[in-house]
Amino acid sequence: MRVYRTLLRLYPASFRREYGREMCAVFASERRDASGPLAVAALWVRAAADIVVNAVRVHLEILRGDLRYAARRAGAAPGFTLTVIAVAALGIGATTAAFSIANHVFLRPLPFPGSDRLVQLWQDESGRGISRMELSPANYRDWKARSTSFEAMGVYTNRAANLTGAGEPQRLDGALVTWDLFAVLQVQPALGRPFSEADDRPGAAGTVILSDGLWRAMFGGDPSVLGRTVTLDGHPLEVIGVMPRAFRFPHRTTEFWAALRLPPDAFEDRTDTYIYPVARLRPGVTVDRARAEVQAIAAQLAREFPDTNRRTGAYLHLLRDQVSDRSRLMLLALAGGSLCVLLIACTNLAHLLLARSLARGREVAVRMALGAGADRLVRQMLTESLALAACGGVAGVALAAVASPLAAALVPTTLPIGDVPPLDARVLLCAALVTAATALGFGLVPALAVRRDEGMPALRDGARAGTGRGARRLRSALVVAEVTACVVLLVTAGLLVRALWRVQQIDPGFRAEGVLTLRTALPLPEYAPTARRQQFYDRVIGEVERLPGVSRAAYISALPMVWRGGIWPVTPDGQAPDPSSRHLASLRQVTPGLFDALGIPLVEGRDLQLSDTRDSPFVAVVSESFARVHWPDEDPIGRVFHVAFFERTVVGVVGDVRVRGLERSDSEPQVYIPSPQVPDGGISGYAPKDLVIKAGVPPASLIPAVRRIIAEADPRQPISDLRPLADVVAGETASRQVQLRALSVFAAAAVVLAALGIHGLLAFGVSARLREFGVRRALGAQTGAIVGMVVRQGLVLALAGTLLGAAAAWAAGRWLESLLAGVSPSDPLTFAAAAAIVLLVAATGSAFPALRAMRVDPAAALRSE
Amino acid sequence: MRDVMRARDDIPPAGALQPSAFHILLALADADRHGYAIIQDVAARSNGAVRLSAGTLYRSIQRLLEQGLVEEVRQRPAPELDDERRRYYRITSAGRAAARAETDRLAALLRLARVSGFVPGKA
Repeated sequence: MRVYRTLLRLYPASFRREYGREMCAVFASERRDASGPLAVAALWVRAAADIVVNAVRVHLEILRGDLRYAARRAGAAPGFTLTVIAVAALGIGATTAAFSIANHVFLRPLPFPGSDRLVQLWQDESGRGISRMELSPANYRDWKARSTSFEAMGVYTNRAANLTGAGEPQRLDGALVTWDLFAVLQVQPALGRPFSEADDRPGAAGTVILSDGLWRAMFGGDPSVLGRTVTLDGHPLEVIGVMPRAFRFPHRTTEFWAALRLPPDAFEDRTDTYIYPVARLRPGVTVDRARAEVQAIAAQLAREFPDTNRRTGAYLHLLRDQVSDRSRLMLLALAGGSLCVLLIACTNLAHLLLARSLARGREVAVRMALGAGADRLVRQMLTESLALAACGGVAGVALAAVASPLAAALVPTTLPIGDVPPLDARVLLCAALVTAATALGFGLVPALAVRRDEGMPALRDGARAGTGRGARRLRSALVVAEVTACVVLLVTAGLLVRALWRVQQIDPGFRAEGVLTLRTALPLPEYAPTARRQQFYDRVIGEVERLPGVSRAAYISALPMVWRGGIWPVTPDGQAPDPSSRHLASLRQVTPGLFDALGIPLVEGRDLQLSDTRDSPFVAVVSESFARVHWPDEDPIGRVFHVAFFERTVVGVVGDVRVRGLERSDSEPQVYIPSPQVPDGGISGYAPKDLVIKAGVPPASLIPAVRRIIAEADPRQPISDLRPLADVVAGETASRQVQLRALSVFAAAAVVLAALGIHGLLAFGVSARLREFGVRRALGAQTGAIVGMVVRQGLVLALAGTLLGAAAAWAAGRWLESLLAGVSPSDPLTFAAAAAIVLLVAATGSAFPALRAMRVDPAAALRSE
Repeated sequence: MRDVMRARDDIPPAGALQPSAFHILLALADADRHGYAIIQDVAARSNGAVRLSAGTLYRSIQRLLEQGLVEEVRQRPAPELDDERRRYYRITSAGRAAARAETDRLAALLRLARVSGFVPGKA
């Protein structure tokens, strides 16, 4: 019998209360009438099936009735319903959008089979301030040969190339890969074949695999592309395959893959680091074990090749974890902000529904008097809030789908994934959970309030529901919670605004105003001779400088902040060149006039000149920090140092530039060498590519003329990255701006919702106490005193929330400290501003209820008594 | 407020009673009965062909009560015959009208079936 009673619990409590005992009685009678163990067993089976089937039906009937009731009520108060749905959509949408980005960046497996075993390897040069450096082919070869942790290992290196022979010349981002790299990733071309070992052999015919995007853009998605020839940097390459649409590696901008050939002489110089290894761990090998192994190998190599490797360690991490701490923190901050919005939305909704359910106190009491159990009413209210939340959830997901692509700048470009977070099953599940939590969050409070009021004397004529101490305290707590979350958002957004301003005020070391830049990457081997390149530069610079409005033009290897690498070891005078020297410099080849064009101040000595040629003494201009490090308290002019295979004499000193980025104060000291003073084919990666044009006219107006000049100098030369230099600098703060914009939207929503919350609380309180105010007025209370009572109530709550919020915001600020660019997490100005906004909002929210309290007509109020 | 009371207007009108409800009304036609007695009476009347389960019975009774077709009886039998867990149900005049209407409906349906050549007991 106990089993049967337990089974009955499947029915809703209301049904069970009504019929449970009788059903037990019926079952007891049937038991009595059943003869023999078989009949009893059959009876049990029948009874169990009966309970399950009918319990589900009863639940569904109740659900249907409740939903219909909820729909009718929603229709009767469309304004209220829309408000609830909109607020829920805001909270759920913000959370879902933030989660979809976090999911995309942190959680979703990379789009390669078994991607949890893919790792990336680095040389660890922490002794020289670089913890993750590319490998040299020789080190790669030895790591690969001596390790046992990996099933497969391949390498790639980034390589942009000029595509010619297919319409306008184009500059394309690509990668050179060893033939086995795609096998490491376990990815096959969608069309054609992958690279084979034969493709890698020096002297083999050139082959190339295209990205899906390039294939569609260039060949209109024509499958007969296989076997056709494309010309990259002047080399004819046979197209052997097209990768799948979703394949992005190593970066999302990569458009072609060609064979990386490592000829025997590539293995000679262990300090020539330019390849990125990717490996697949053997099953069962942990990341830590593999890391320990390569570190041991690096230590061996350091002993074997002390000249080049004594400062070289090894580091390895999951390919998935190629996310900087900064990106991580930015996204987590966004997620935290969205949770604040959700919390505020929930408290606001709880508020709205509570107010309504308490206003319906009499109805509830009548229904209970008519026999509806409290649990039945609670269930009906929860169904109603769940239905409202579900509508809000659908709207929220739609909102997130629209909003999350706007945050694409927060998706790190270092990951081989797309920039638009997809709405996958995990995101939808998260949205569903958030929706359910929201429904419980705002549905439970009013429902429990009803439950607590069970048997309340609301039927007594004139009694007002919801004015009891318990209900008022609950509603006050909701307002305090709202204000707290609001303050956290305001302060965080405020601190990040201050940080952004501070970053924008950082002097990059050059002047971006009025500077147009573009890239002409001259292809090898055609432009390998230095003189051949110089001819191009001289011609282009000469003609561009003749354009009206142009004051200066010059070429540089690559712009600061665009190319953060290009680091070379230097050795001061007299010492033997040391490839693993701790002294590194950011090396650039430039043409005369670069410092003028970029507005980099010449501090001492002279600029590079046209007379600095291959036949004259080799010279260099260095930055102030370079001079300070190598010749402290001495005149650097005329001093000699060794860099890039030659001794060079310092002829000038210029200001420092933030090569590694606006927010990085750790850029290497800079060394500028004249573009002609390089042997043919030497350090070709440093050959000048970026043209810098300083003009007194709007940069955009120069574009057609500049294009014509370059086309005349070399019709096969593509132009890329044509943009004002100011855009490059602005790009430095793009992710900050996007994050801040999102947080600001969150904060604005929070302020509006908090104002509504305070207004709602006080308005309800005032209308409940109209009579009291009337009596007070009749007894001689001043208008001011009554207004003061109302406003004080609002301000006290706002103040409590502000204090709590300030404490929480301070903790959040500490956590975000590395994003604050030196702004203190307890920045008094930000906290004061946030508190002022919140208190102002509280005062505004109190104003209308207070006015209403003020206008109470004592006579009318007393009459209704 | 009335909305709440009408929350069950999805129940079919008396013209189309559910079979289980019709059986219950028939069982109550001649006497007030408790739940198990209804099950037994329906089974006996149909020669064992219809066996209402407890769940179906009380779901139907809940509806019939809401529709006012049956009511609960306050008087109880002599204590020695009674089981205090039981509740007794009685058909109301509305219930009789509904059963009669259902009978008419079924009879009319049967006539139609005969006209179309369907004769009970024959294939």
